[in-house]
Amino acid sequence: MNLAQELGKAIGKAATILPPDAVRALEAAREREVGPARVQLEAILENVKIAREGKVPICQDTGTITFFVKLGTKFPHLPDLVRALPEAARVATKDVPLRPNTVHPFTGKNPGDNTGRYVPAVTWEMVDGDGAEVHVLPKGGGSENCCALRMLPPGGGLKGVKEAVVEHVVACGGLPCPPTIIGVGVGGGADLALKLGKMALLRPLGQRHPEPEVAALEAELEELINASGVGPMGLGGKTTVLAVHAEYAHRHPASLPVGIVVQCWAHRRATVRIRADGRMEVV
Amino acid sequence: MERVLTTPISETDARALKAGDVIHVSGTMFTARDEAHRMMLEHGSPLPVEGLALFHCGPVAQKKGSDWEILAAGPTTSARMELFEADFLRRFKTRVIVGKGGMGDKTLAALGEVGAVYTHFTGGAGALAAKAVKRVTAVHWLEELGMPEAIWVMEVEKFGPLVVAMDSHGRSLYKDLSVTVDKNMEAIRARIKGGK
Ligand code: SF4
Repeated sequence: MNLAQELGKAIGKAATILPPDAVRALEAAREREVGPARVQLEAILENVKIAREGKVPICQDTGTITFFVKLGTKFPHLPDLVRALPEAARVATKDVPLRPNTVHPFTGKNPGDNTGRYVPAVTWEMVDGDGAEVHVLPKGGGSENCCALRMLPPGGGLKGVKEAVVEHVVACGGLPCPPTIIGVGVGGGADLALKLGKMALLRPLGQRHPEPEVAALEAELEELINASGVGPMGLGGKTTVLAVHAEYAHRHPASLPVGIVVQCWAHRRATVRIRADGRMEVV
Repeated sequence: MERVLTTPISETDARALKAGDVIHVSGTMFTARDEAHRMMLEHGSPLPVEGLALFHCGPVAQKKGSDWEILAAGPTTSARMELFEADFLRRFKTRVIVGKGGMGDKTLAALGEVGAVYTHFTGGAGALAAKAVKRVTAVHWLEELGMPEAIWVMEVEKFGPLVVAMDSHGRSLYKDLSVTVDKNMEAIRARIKGGK
């Protein structure tokens, strides 16, 4: 079992092949748009095709590699997995290749292999079972710079949440390479709200939150943001967001944190399933 | 209006462009991000750049034998270069800036002064951009600045589509759009307030 190789392949897949749900959403957006907005979506889809066929990165910013691991509590290969995660970043940086994107914040030094202190960032979630599911989310700098946290007065309720999200996403304009996907984390604490927002990005596009109240918020936010007219690349148009995904955690009575995570159209993801017997598949 | 401009681009050609035009660029293009802007303003340009296209981009490049190959080269956020761009334009007279997200008032004024345009290339379309790059003719300050920040000089063919987003006549699509968006936002705010 060569975990690092397999995970490296998954990073490569994420960097070069845009998942079908994202492609479908972009195609639907192209059909809605005219003028400069349509020119942008046509360029995006042409770009996605060139990347897939030529096995080259979709975007030159191959992002910060981020892992979300759903770890079975009886998974037998944990030490291997822990070692393999940074190693996979090194493998992919060489093989794809990826742009070396990790910089020491004090010295400016770049190790050149997309690893560093706390990077790749890993979020561990314990689940029942003996397998592991590793989600790779390479996150570009342009859209990450547009993430935000709002600590709202709870008295403002859901209206306050809507206002905060819409105002923020619209204010970002073309910076995060719209049409974007917005992950909204409501509740928890400051850190958890942002984390939930990021985790909401892992859900396939076109799939709503299972709870109707949350699903309704997602749909309403999509409609409100798209009514702004910001459009693809902030040049005007109907499609500012492809989707809004929301997640929540219970909150302290005195606080209503809202994490707003912005993901660009290059919604790159890949998943590796690892079984207890060592078999793996990249999906 | 859709057309191909070939470098060196003259001041007259740049001034003929209007916000909203879609163009392609052929000829020589060089990349410069924050660090390269700062270095060029401090130490001068390592190559003559008047009339060339300036690309806000940190590419993914790979060495094949003795040549460099560009694998992906989409635009980076231009706003970061606002700090340098007006001085840069006055001094180096590049005629077409390629970036994403638009730039501020200082740059808009300098575009008018110098006779240049800011064009928008689809953010993230790094593979599409790389396809228009025929070859890398030089790379400067690679050691000092690293791959993304180095100055990559490239020969390009029909690089685009580029939407002229800020022209030399003081017009900016971003500014125009922000008026529309502000108006739409009034209605949106009212909807949120009136809703549940
Ligand atoms: S925001 Fe996304 S698509 Fe745009 S340049 Fe960054 S990584 Fe690429």
